[in-house]
Amino acid sequence: MTLVTSSATATTRGRTPLLLKLAAGAVIALTLLAAFAPLLAPHDPLAQNVLARLQGPTTAHWLGTDQFGRDILSRVLYGMRASLGIAATSVFAALVAGGSLGLAAAYYRGWTDRIVMRLMDVLFAFPLMLLAIGIIAMLGPGARPTAISIAIVYTPIFARLLRGPALVIVTSDYVMSARSIGASDARIIFSHILPNLASVILVQLSLLLSSAILVEASLSFLGLGTQPPTPSLGMMLSEGRNMLLLSPWAAIFSGAAILAIAFALNLLGDVLRDTLDPRLRGQR
Amino acid sequence: MRYLRARLIDLVVVAIGVSIVTFLMIRLIPGDAVAIMLGANTEITPDRIAELRSRLGLDQSIVAQYFSWAGGVLKGDLGVSIWTQRPVTEEIASHVWPTLQLTLLSLVIGAGLAVPLGVLMAKLRGRGFELVLQIGAVAGLTIPSFWLGIMMILVVTALLPQVQMLGYVPFFEHPLGNILHLILPAFALALPLLANLARLVRSAMLDALQQDYIRAARARGASEASILFKHALRNALIPFVTSVGINIGYLLGGAIVVEQVFAIPGLGQLILGAVAERNYPLVQAEILVVTFAFLLVNFVVDLLYAAIDPRVRQ
Repeated sequence: MTLVTSSATATTRGRTPLLLKLAAGAVIALTLLAAFAPLLAPHDPLAQNVLARLQGPTTAHWLGTDQFGRDILSRVLYGMRASLGIAATSVFAALVAGGSLGLAAAYYRGWTDRIVMRLMDVLFAFPLMLLAIGIIAMLGPGARPTAISIAIVYTPIFARLLRGPALVIVTSDYVMSARSIGASDARIIFSHILPNLASVILVQLSLLLSSAILVEASLSFLGLGTQPPTPSLGMMLSEGRNMLLLSPWAAIFSGAAILAIAFALNLLGDVLRDTLDPRLRGQR
Repeated sequence: MRYLRARLIDLVVVAIGVSIVTFLMIRLIPGDAVAIMLGANTEITPDRIAELRSRLGLDQSIVAQYFSWAGGVLKGDLGVSIWTQRPVTEEIASHVWPTLQLTLLSLVIGAGLAVPLGVLMAKLRGRGFELVLQIGAVAGLTIPSFWLGIMMILVVTALLPQVQMLGYVPFFEHPLGNILHLILPAFALALPLLANLARLVRSAMLDALQQDYIRAARARGASEASILFKHALRNALIPFVTSVGINIGYLLGGAIVVEQVFAIPGLGQLILGAVAERNYPLVQAEILVVTFAFLLVNFVVDLLYAAIDPRVRQ
């Protein structure tokens, strides 16, 4: 185990609350921007205007316009909404599926454990993007298949993450005593095991949401995710790339929006981990 | 030996699992996969469906299908591409080099720079520095590689308009051109790996520097350089090696995306084309081949890990 030096502890205490507030604030602000996109967007994200094509930032179009004269700011806001929606749905589904499997493996041990964790090993053996592409190849491109594929590729991550600590708790004295006074399996899992895993789950949710944003953007960049004309950040980036030398604004701002969301979520997870468990400082 | 045998059994079990999942991919396609496959480019007739169905072996029981498919895989027969009728292994072989080179170059950049950077970061301490480090590492991890690639193209085109950086030049035709074409995509792909690994080396170094054997080495009067590199770094590299193995999966997946940005004709182009054409045998074969390669790499990494750290062998 890592020993925390006195200087590291001091730094942690001195700055984490501020950085934690900043990261949480950024995540909340970006989520609100995405959630209220229909109210905040100055233009219809699908409205084309051939007279105002490929403009740079102006007072009418703060971030400029794309090759069809559509307002980039409005499309970025709607794109953020789509990205966050897909990332949140898929990571939550992975948490429920992977969490249940990991807890079941830890709780029942024996053959349940062996079979479940072998299955997770198999899913984990695929390079993540490749498995996601394979699943989309089966289901066809679109927002829903993207969410399903991300949920499946993240399931083993949650199962592996929760099984270890759950195993420690299952064999601990307080679970033994709960069992000895006749507590049901459900009661032990929900009121003794899960609360003790809350901080691990919270940190991982934040980090995986961040990477789910990047995976979703990659898939839609490849044309496998949300289909046009619905705005999506990855697709905007891919369309903007073709116009790069004429007008780089769509490519610049859609990518910056992906980065902003992924960065804020990852920083939040990182700072949360330091705050909740100082022993893990700086580890991945 | 016991360790080697246990790892080999794990490898075989997971490889069989991977083959079953990959096999099931075509069979689990909602609707009639054959009609979908044909529907991409040609007219659908019952004759054509029946013909393709028997060619793919879809008219047998699912267990029989698996064993005849897996038997073929063991003999190196992964099926034929639906449209070109070429063996899919040939298609994969003709696209594997650019991706392999890109992945290796990224690995060299990411892992190679991570060690000196991590050691340096472990030496520098202080409040402001730790903050910069944390933000820098998170940024490195979350900058989308495809966006970074596009921004690099934008900047290089603005500064050096005559430079041609898209596409791929085979190494044996033009070694320098080959490296020049791959250096930007490799860097874009390597950045998250670099951020991740440098941080890992730093924390492992800090960890190692607090151990008793370091104090003992100091007491014996070992030089600072010897303490840092001979004692601390060797121990810090243990978690590093495992992490590199796992990250190769990230590189293989990330390469698919970065290849599209730089128009590199590698496995990414092949699988995306196959998905668009609904050429399922090719999609299936590529996933299987790349995943097996990834499994083998991690198997070797596990053995290396055991060679470095005798504790693992027990």
